[in-house]
Amino acid sequence: MKIKTIILLSFALISLTFYSCNKQSGDIIKIGEFASLTGSEATFGISSDNGMRLAVDEINNSGGVLGKKIQLITEDNQGKPNETQTVVQKLINRDKVVAILGEVASSRSKAAAPICQQNKIPMITPASTNPEVTAIGDYIFRVCFIDPFQATVMSKFALNSMKVKKVALLVDQRNAYSTGLAESFKKTFVEMGGEIVEEQKYSAGDKDFKAQLTTIKYKNPEAVFIPGYYTDVGLIGIQAREIGINVPLFGGDGWESEKLTEGKAKDALEGCFFSTHLSMDDPNPLVQEFIKKYRAKYSKEPDAMSVLGYDAAMLMFDAIKRAGSTDGEKIRNELAKTKDFKSVSGNITINEQRNAVKPAVVLEIKDGKFKYKETIAP
Amino acid sequence: MTEFIQQFINGLSLGSIYALIALGYTMIYGILRFINFAHGDVFMIGAFSGYYLAILFSFTTFTGGASVFMAVAILICSMAVCSVLGFTIEKLAYKPLRNSPKLTILITAIGVSLFLEYSGQLVFGADPKSFPTLLENKQIMNIGGATVFSNSIVVIAVSCILMLILRMIVMNTKMGTAMRAVSFNHTVASLMGININRVISFTFILGSSLAAAAGILFGLNYPKVDPLIGIIYGLKAFVAAVLGGIGNILGAALGGMILGIVETFVSGYLSSTYKDAIAFGILIIILLFKPTGLLGKKEIEKV
Repeated sequence: MKIKTIILLSFALISLTFYSCNKQSGDIIKIGEFASLTGSEATFGISSDNGMRLAVDEINNSGGVLGKKIQLITEDNQGKPNETQTVVQKLINRDKVVAILGEVASSRSKAAAPICQQNKIPMITPASTNPEVTAIGDYIFRVCFIDPFQATVMSKFALNSMKVKKVALLVDQRNAYSTGLAESFKKTFVEMGGEIVEEQKYSAGDKDFKAQLTTIKYKNPEAVFIPGYYTDVGLIGIQAREIGINVPLFGGDGWESEKLTEGKAKDALEGCFFSTHLSMDDPNPLVQEFIKKYRAKYSKEPDAMSVLGYDAAMLMFDAIKRAGSTDGEKIRNELAKTKDFKSVSGNITINEQRNAVKPAVVLEIKDGKFKYKETIAP
Repeated sequence: MTEFIQQFINGLSLGSIYALIALGYTMIYGILRFINFAHGDVFMIGAFSGYYLAILFSFTTFTGGASVFMAVAILICSMAVCSVLGFTIEKLAYKPLRNSPKLTILITAIGVSLFLEYSGQLVFGADPKSFPTLLENKQIMNIGGATVFSNSIVVIAVSCILMLILRMIVMNTKMGTAMRAVSFNHTVASLMGININRVISFTFILGSSLAAAAGILFGLNYPKVDPLIGIIYGLKAFVAAVLGGIGNILGAALGGMILGIVETFVSGYLSSTYKDAIAFGILIIILLFKPTGLLGKKEIEKV
């Protein structure tokens, strides 16, 4: 009886495998995407996903890639690194995708990258800026700048435009993006002649920051650098004002979200600055055209994450076209050769470390909106 | 010195929230001798009902329309919502198991907790919500640079008032006397004509409404709520209850305050990395010297 069951089960399993293999062939190219569609950084995932879907629609309407339609298979990782590993395994092993796109947050991209590398599946992250992400292997690429550059941008901006010399830091200790950006910032800011008066830590998901902020307040900084994600930054801003910290706060592209200035945070973050990939005020026709298309499809405003999602997807399609095949290694080689690829967020040239070299912009928060302040070139 | 005062106020307002949640743990333990792990999630539901009630009462603009009357109305309504929830949880999940081994009911409590957390993610969505401004947050004092905002004081004051009311209920009413009797001995209490089921239901209602109040005060002070806040705040409040002596109402309040202040001072003066390690370390040290907690009484196990 038992043996019979086992034999039956194995038959069932084998037929299942055949079934999934059969599904592979056809006139579609499957590309996997993992994103934080829910969780505390949900707008990162939703924005980049919207951008990617816009790119897929466009390429399919203009005839697809290599005569085949693109199918984007999206998995939600709920903003968790371990969930990311599960969904990326699933995309590669069960859905048999030829390439992977994702994610905005560096911690999650770092969780996915080793799996893609192992399976020789090329991966492009739209907006993970931690330098270690692409260092994981030669199949991992990005279409954005990296944190050491972002740190230089913000150091220059603090010293030259904000005219502050004494800065305190509040760092998310459990977040690779935050600690990496903080380290780079400390180094460059001190090298350029600034002074770090205090460094305090928190953990993503904390709700009470008053203890750390009180300590920061009594060190009398002229500005506070918070390299965190928007969910925590909003709450930190509110509590900083309650404690009596009235100096400007500034941070990196982790602030980029429509939810940053939600509720009381709108007043708390007035006049604060952050660096990001591009400004929606950019008169560049490519940007304005993108905004128009995005509004038409989703009837809401895009942000830098949606642009980078769009660019990452477009670069992947272009590489598949250039490779003339869906073979992982060929796509990888073409990605590595990318030079002056025309994209919305500026021309992309992939360097030896598989990073894009692009300028950064600094935005100012005015009345809850992000206003263009200046561009700082690499 | 001003920094010290400011940190102390920060710690007190955090501690008041721990204390309010801890009261629920401690009362239910006092009556039923079991840890209601779902209590932290009742706190979360309290915060969310405050969020939705505020929207319902048309706090649509986040800054306008804040008034004391509305805030009190929302506080009372959320307390009512959570009372019903606590009552239902007890009736559906714990009452059928009253005569089963303690472990069964403990596992059930964990099950209820997970149920609330994940149905919360499903119903409310997993992304954090910005809690509306129920009360205008004004700077009311400035002691040599230490700014004191009205919300911190409101949190501390409301907690103290609720704890006093609770003490009056427990010490001066018939139901309170019955609660104390049941906590001594179920069988003897029922022989004296006390309706045990009613007392237990009442305890759950009382504990859950305090958790709801904690949820609203939390939203007032830290205006961001998500369906998983119950986990860490529930755990901390549980620790506070044990620290003060589980089963002891005054102990829970004291434990909550101590935990809040210690956490704030550790993150302020040392590093937030060690915040939990030191807070829990203190718990271990206290329990080594006083295994029943600060105010707990020694219980003789009858064989």
